[in-house]
Amino acid sequence: MEISADKIRRQAVTFAVYALLSIGALAMAIPYIWMVVTSIKPIGEIQAYPPSFLVRHPTLQPYRQLFSLLPMARYLLNSLLVAAIVTLANVFFCSLAGYAFAKHKFFGRDKIFLLLLCTMMIPYQVNLIPGFIIMKTFGWLNTFFALIIPNMAMAFGVFLCRQYITSIPDDLLDAARIDGCGEFAIYRLVILPLIKPVLAVLAIFTFLSQWNSFVWPLVVIHTSAMRTVPLALSVLNSQFGFGADFAMVMAGTTVVTLPVLFVFIFFQKYFIKGIALTGLKG
Amino acid sequence: MALFSIFVFIPAIASFFLSFTRYNALSAPAWVGMGNYVQIFSKDPRFWKALANTALYVMVVVPVGISISLLLAVAIDRKVRFKNFYKAVFFMPAATSAVAVAVIWKWLFAGEKYGLINYWLLKIGIAPVDWLMSPTWTLPAIMIMSIWAGLGYNMILLLAGLQAIPQTYYEAADIDGAGAWHKFWKITLPLLRPTLIFAVIMSVINSFQLFEQVYIMTGGAGEGVGGALDSALSLVAYLYERGFQRFEMGYASAIAYTLFGIILITTLANMKVIRAKFEY
Repeated sequence: MEISADKIRRQAVTFAVYALLSIGALAMAIPYIWMVVTSIKPIGEIQAYPPSFLVRHPTLQPYRQLFSLLPMARYLLNSLLVAAIVTLANVFFCSLAGYAFAKHKFFGRDKIFLLLLCTMMIPYQVNLIPGFIIMKTFGWLNTFFALIIPNMAMAFGVFLCRQYITSIPDDLLDAARIDGCGEFAIYRLVILPLIKPVLAVLAIFTFLSQWNSFVWPLVVIHTSAMRTVPLALSVLNSQFGFGADFAMVMAGTTVVTLPVLFVFIFFQKYFIKGIALTGLKG
Repeated sequence: MALFSIFVFIPAIASFFLSFTRYNALSAPAWVGMGNYVQIFSKDPRFWKALANTALYVMVVVPVGISISLLLAVAIDRKVRFKNFYKAVFFMPAATSAVAVAVIWKWLFAGEKYGLINYWLLKIGIAPVDWLMSPTWTLPAIMIMSIWAGLGYNMILLLAGLQAIPQTYYEAADIDGAGAWHKFWKITLPLLRPTLIFAVIMSVINSFQLFEQVYIMTGGAGEGVGGALDSALSLVAYLYERGFQRFEMGYASAIAYTLFGIILITTLANMKVIRAKFEY
């Protein structure tokens, strides 16, 4: 009698858990589904009442309209280029700087590292205005330089790499030295292969944060051709974000969002490990 | 390092000096001493409005968001099937740009009858509201969206913390006959404390920097940002408006430093309060 009551209770808990997770998952998915559904609706159905998830006459017209009105391909290419270069640069510079901080003694090393950590606490808004002025002084406004160069080495990446490299035993490096490796050869042949997992995490998060970055491009890019994808979305939203044209806006959002989601699902393991390891956000 | 000092460290100091000047990015900065700060704190009602909005936003989004995330993390930590599927679904918004999220939700919140949320509200008998046009509902709409967008990230973070708790504690509690509720309060919460502190502090810092959502949902390029009657004006949105729409860069720098100070003080206070509350 007692056992069966216990069993019923356990089943009820299990049911509640699944109900909670399923409702939650649905709430997560609906906005995305609604986005895709809206993006293939013809003009007549967008503002139809009641709003429906079923599209009676699906059309790719909003996508055609989007690509003919805006140079979307150019924007996607801009974003891809910036994100790829910034990611490669971060992987290289952060691991190199991390190696220096972890394994080399130089004057004021710990103080400089502390300074680096302190800068992580400064909100990015503080640097927005002087950053803009520096870009203006260099004549880099509206260029790829402004999007790429200030982001090439992030404090967090250096910190992350340093923590990992510190845990590599010195004996390994000494052995390489005895075998005649120079410092850069050690970095390339010993350090890099050993910190691959953390570099993968760093690369994914850097790429994602660059792809999604909005405020900095908003401040330094003012010409249409140089826009990155989030800026394009913002413009799309402010010019067409009402009523019937929303199909096109949602088409743009889909084009920008879905590839990233596929990549995310592909690399999901690293994402989740990355968060668990670092608390870093994309 | 050189790169870093040029683009992070020097700007931070430059910004500090700029905050004492009047500067429009065209002519040389003019020294005004504490003028900007005096202006901000004593003669600028819009700053106070932005501060109040942002503070309210933080006070709602952080506790509600973390609580739901904790609930989800505890649920997913049990032996459930499709664990990775659930994790992936909840985490999707963290991989989506804030701009895209805001555009999608702007459409969900659409004021007229074709907005999905209003339609469903109507279905369960609640009168629809014009979310993004009404001074009352713009900020709540942004809060709902932000809570939704932050769930997955916090859930994964807390889940990692949960999984680090040794199973033996729960087994010992089972032997002592402790109930599930008791176990949660006496074992899970105290041992989750470091992760929870981290999640709360990060959430607070992120929430204070609210910008994209406000920018997308209440304004567009060239227009004012902040919604009807500044009802959703956030500190960073105000900073952006003064610095980059009106080119009052000295004043905007002063706002930036005020924001920095607020974040710093809140973070330190948070650490103290949370530490005191969970002392055991």
